[in-house]
Parts: sequence; C-alpha cells; structure tokens
Amino acid sequence: MTIAAPSPSPEAPLGGRAAHDVEIVDVTKRFGSVVAVDRMNLRIANGAFYSFLGPSGCGKTTTLRMIAGFEQPTSGEIMLAGQPVAGIPPYRRNVNTVFQHYALFPHMDVIQNVGYGLRQRNVGRTEELERAGRALELVRLTGYEHRRTWELSGGQQQRVALARALVNQPTVLLLDEPLGALDLKLRKEMQLELKALQQEVGITFVYVTHDQEEALTMSDVIIVMNEGRILQEGSPTELYERPVDTFVANFIGVSNPIKGKVTAFDAATHRAEIESAGGLRIAGVVTDRAARPAAGTEVTVAVRPERLRVDAAGTPEPEGSGWVSVPGRIEQGTYLGEQTEYRIATDVVGELIVRRQNAAGAAQHVGPGDAVVVRWQEEANLVLVD
Amino acid sequence: MAAGAATPAADRERGGRIRSALLTFLLVLPAGAWYLVLLIAPLAIITIFSFGVRAKNGGYAPAFVLDNYAAILGDLQKAAPFTASLSMAIGGTIGSLLIGLPLAYFIATRAGRRKGLFILLLVIPFWTSFLIRTYSWLIVLGPGSLGGFIGDLVGDDNFRILGTPVAVLIGLVYGYLPLMVFPLYVTLERMDRTLVEASKDLGAGRWATFRQVTLPIALPGLITGSILVFIPMMGEYVIPQILGYGRIYLVGNALVTDFLEARNWPAGSAKAVILIFVMLITVTFYTWFVNRGRKGREVSVL
Ligand SMILES: Nc1ncnc2c1ncn2[C@@H]1O[C@H](COP(=O)(O)OP(=O)(O)O)[C@@H](O)[C@H]1O
Ligand SMILES: [Mg+2]
Repeated sequence: MTIAAPSPSPEAPLGGRAAHDVEIVDVTKRFGSVVAVDRMNLRIANGAFYSFLGPSGCGKTTTLRMIAGFEQPTSGEIMLAGQPVAGIPPYRRNVNTVFQHYALFPHMDVIQNVGYGLRQRNVGRTEELERAGRALELVRLTGYEHRRTWELSGGQQQRVALARALVNQPTVLLLDEPLGALDLKLRKEMQLELKALQQEVGITFVYVTHDQEEALTMSDVIIVMNEGRILQEGSPTELYERPVDTFVANFIGVSNPIKGKVTAFDAATHRAEIESAGGLRIAGVVTDRAARPAAGTEVTVAVRPERLRVDAAGTPEPEGSGWVSVPGRIEQGTYLGEQTEYRIATDVVGELIVRRQNAAGAAQHVGPGDAVVVRWQEEANLVLVD
Repeated sequence: MAAGAATPAADRERGGRIRSALLTFLLVLPAGAWYLVLLIAPLAIITIFSFGVRAKNGGYAPAFVLDNYAAILGDLQKAAPFTASLSMAIGGTIGSLLIGLPLAYFIATRAGRRKGLFILLLVIPFWTSFLIRTYSWLIVLGPGSLGGFIGDLVGDDNFRILGTPVAVLIGLVYGYLPLMVFPLYVTLERMDRTLVEASKDLGAGRWATFRQVTLPIALPGLITGSILVFIPMMGEYVIPQILGYGRIYLVGNALVTDFLEARNWPAGSAKAVILIFVMLITVTFYTWFVNRGRKGREVSVL
C-alpha cells in the first residue's frame, strides 16, 4: 500500500468521489468589525495543487482554518467531499494541516510524531509503525525515527510535519506558508519537492503563500486574494498572461502601468483602443472577460518588462507590424546576472521598466543617460479595467 | 599537549581560567555560605544529635546509640505520625493538583486579558499572615457556617468538620495551592498553543489532546508544583494544630512534643532525619514514576 489518493468516501454520489474535495459557498467570516473573508465562493477540484496568494492580512489563514474546522464561518457553507461540515470539529474532518512553525510535539520523537494521527484511530501498533515508517520514507527521513524533533534542521522538521499529516491519507492537505521559516535556497528545494510529492500522492493540496513566485512555481490553480475577497482564480499562465486587474497584475509581477481612457471597444475581439494620458494611442485585449468598458472609461494598460525591448535612439523599427515606439532616456541599469533591468524615463508614458537578456553579442550596449527607444508589440498590451 | 609547555598562549589561557574560577567562586559565595549555615550545618547537627541520648535535664548528651531510630522503627505507635503525615501530604498534593491544574490551565489559556488579575488574586492572600488566614478557616468551617450547614443537610447535629483530617486537608490545600498553581501556570503559559490545534487536526478530541499533549508538556511544572507543596506539607505543624484541634498528630506535632515538651532532642532529631529520608524517597520515586516512558527531555528536580 502506498500513500495514495483516499478511497472513495461512502457518501459520494454513484460510488465515486465527489467532484470537489472542498466547496466554499458564499462564506463570510467576521471577527468583530473586521471582515476577514468576504462572500467567498470556490470549488477545489480533486487531486490538484491550489494556492491562495495574497498580501498579509487578506484572509488566507482564516480560509484555511475554516476548512480545517478551527473557525466557523459567520455565514455561508463549507462542504468537504460533497458533505456540509458546519459544526463538525477538526478532529472529525478528514483534513490535515501543515502548520507554519511545524507544531511538532516536543515530548515525542520523530516516529511518535508521525504516528500520532494513526494512534488516535487505533490502527494498532504494527500498522502504525509500518505506515509511519513509509511516510518517513516518502519525505526521505528514513533513519531519523528516533531523533528528537529539536535536533532536526528546519527543513527536516518541515518534512516531519508533512509526513505526520500525509500518513493519515487526508482528503485535503492544508499548508499555511509552510516554507516561510526556511532560508531561500532550502525554500526553493522544498518547493520542487512539495510539488513532486503532491503529484506522487495525488492528494489535494491547498497551499497558502504571499510569495507570487512560490505560487507560480508549484500550483495548478492560483487564487489571488485581497481584503477577504477572491480577485482571480486561474492557472499560473492564465494569471500571468491575463491578470484581471491592476492588483493582480502587480502582485503577479506584471508592471509598467500606463494610464489612459478607452476610445473604442470591440466586443467581438474584446479589444479596446486607448489614448494614454500622454497622448499615446495604443490598443490591446481587455483581460477581464466580463468587462465591457464604454468609451471614456479609465483603464490601465500593463506590459510585462520582458516584452519590452530597448534600442538606441534612431534604430529603425524592426520587421513586423503593430510596434509601439516610445522615446526615452535610461536613468539606471541594474545588472541581474542573466538579465539587465533598465529604468527608462519617457515623456509619453512616464517611467518604464525593461528587462533585457544579457546574451553574448546581443544588442548594442546602452547605459545610463543614453537616449533610447522603448518598443513592444501591441499584442503584449494588457488592458486592465478596475 | 605537554604539561610543561609554557607558551604565552597557554599562559594566557591558564590566567583566564583562574580568573573565571575566581569569578565563579565570588558569585557562588553568598548562596554557598547561606546553604552552609542554614542547611548543611543544621543537618549535620541533627544527624549527630540523633545518635545521642537525652541529658538528665533534657536536651542532648553526646553518645553513639541507635536507640532513637530503633524506638521509631520498632514501634508502630511511634511510626504513626509518619504515615499520618505521608498520607496527609499525599492527599494534600493530590488535592492541590486537582484544584490547581484546572485553575492554572484556565488562567494560562482562557483568561485572556484578565490573566494579571487572576494572578494577583492568587497572590493577595500572601499579604496577610499565614496564621490569620488559617484561623479564619476556623470560622468558615465552624459549626456556625459550613460545618453546621452540611450537618443540617445530612441531618446530623453532631456533624463537625473542624478537628477532623478533612479540615486539615482543606487547610493544607488552601495554604499551599499557589505553590502548585504558579509553576503549572508558567509551563502552560509557555506552551505553544498550535500544538493543541495540531493534535485536534490529527484526530484527537479534547480529552485525548489534554492527556497526550497538554499534560505531558505541563509535566515539569506539575512535578515542581507537587514537590513544592509536598515537602512543606510533610512537616506542617500549624495547620493540624489549629484546624485539627491538635487531634491530627503529624510528624510536625511529634517533633514539637519531642523537642519542646519532652525535651528529648535526640529522639526528635532521629524523627527529623527519618522525615528527610521519607521525603527524599517519595520525591525520587515520584519523579521516576512520572518520567517513565518519556521520549523527550527528562524532567528532573533533584
Ligand atoms: N482570531 C482573530 N481575531 C480577530 N481578528 C482576526 C483573527 N484572525 C484573523 N483576524 C483578522 O482577519 C484578517 C485576516 O487574517 P488572516 O486570515 O490571518 O490573514 P492572512 O493569513 O492572509 O495573512 C486580518 O485583518 C486579521 O487581523
Ligand atoms: Mg496567514
């Protein structure tokens, strides 16, 4: 037996597993006057890696705690495996949590920690040891069974916490910023390891982070939150290519906002023509599929830094159509290893940030003070309606 | 390393060691002197006395006899105060634990911002004399109040609390409760609350969580508290005298009889030495018993 996807729950319709491990229906959570979660609706599909991404205080932990059963929604309903769970305490939910600071039991050794959940279910000593041992193997900690937890490194403690949760074969595994306490290098390693582990065991992971890069690396689906609300839900690519508003765009790392007004909108292609504050006329896809911006609507056009190119002033326009050219002057160049990041002041659209690959023998050298032309193709324009 | 190699580095190192040893000595000196005068010396005197004989007019006359021990260990009548003290102290410790643990747990985890207030309420009684507080229990438990009330309830006019072991037990628990609560409170307060959530998350209910997580983690405080109340309870004299009307005859009372009334210092000293041994054995056994099977850090008190 491996730690695989849990067997179908008996309540599930037609003998199969409910289509969604977690459903959050119109859930609001208030703490006094603070609205931590605001009318949230979400369905989490089985076996996928979901991430809640948002700034500190936006309600991620609260959402997780409601799924685990540590908090009750003020209104709305949460369903696990198709069943409403209102009033069911945490210890009777088939959900396990990996806590941010591990929360390992200090008076137990590693194998006792991992076997804790099994002991609560009286599986018997032999089975407990066998399953706990396999869970340790899964997180590559075989041989550490009888170590004291405080003797382990941060990464190892994290793995024990993971094994302790996974050994129970939960329907859903909740992880609240589990890598937050680790140093950068270890964090990167653990990201990949967690992702691989999730694919191996096939359990639904619901992961909380405020680090966009972490979310982009690991997730099948990212849910961007702010102030208790879901702003956007989608795959990493979708979020990156089509952020619905400026908040998501900024959070996911798309920058270079250009303010402007809509002059025309074509509902068929969902494209808008815009005149920027500085008089630049550009066009682009409106990212929010629900939006129908009327003429005169204030919008922001965003372009990702790696879609911009920077040429010395006077360089002829490249082949192909739909180029936008904006003259400017380099204020600063920062060498980032593979890339150089330029901050360029322009009269037409304010400051632009451009990232250029440092490939050998690439484009001409430009440096601070040089007059340049910033160019990009119109298809890179993301029209954000707020 | 050769012993005689007097390199400058080795010299400096030796100088540092001497200075650090001197500093340690100075730091330990006051406490050390205190212990010597007030603990070691009396202990030595009592041990010597316990092998002596009673002088003609009372007190101590030098000798080396085992009669004092033989008298106690050989005569069940004389050993009675020890068993009485032991059962009172064990009962009192259990009582303090039963009241102190929920109280400490409540203050540490549920009292929120009123924590300080509850701690203050626990400390305030210490601002008045121990004697006055014990005497006030005479009124509380007396026939005019609680004693009479319970007597009415059970329909027994002769019902009394005062003068019984129960009165002494109540007095002991009342008198030493804070010594149980404080160490328990400190360990519970320091405990990481997410451990309780982790336990529930892993399928343990309230009671299972308390038994498997909270209690083991509070164990150091529990042991410290138990020993802090157990030891003075073993030697307690005032409470049995007042609330037990002197009818509950404990080691403390026996010592008073020997030293002050019979003026038989060697007999009293032998009792005191035995008392110390009883306490040492009990505490050692208790610590071993509570620690058995722990995989984490051992809790030690001795
Ligand atoms: N137990 C609580 N009591 C009062 N306010 C709370 C409590 N838990 C969370 N909050 C508030 O709810 C909001 C969301 O918190 P949280 O879910 O922890 O955010 P995140 O995990 O995204 O940083 C915050 O404003 C926080 O102060
Ligand atoms: Mg949080």
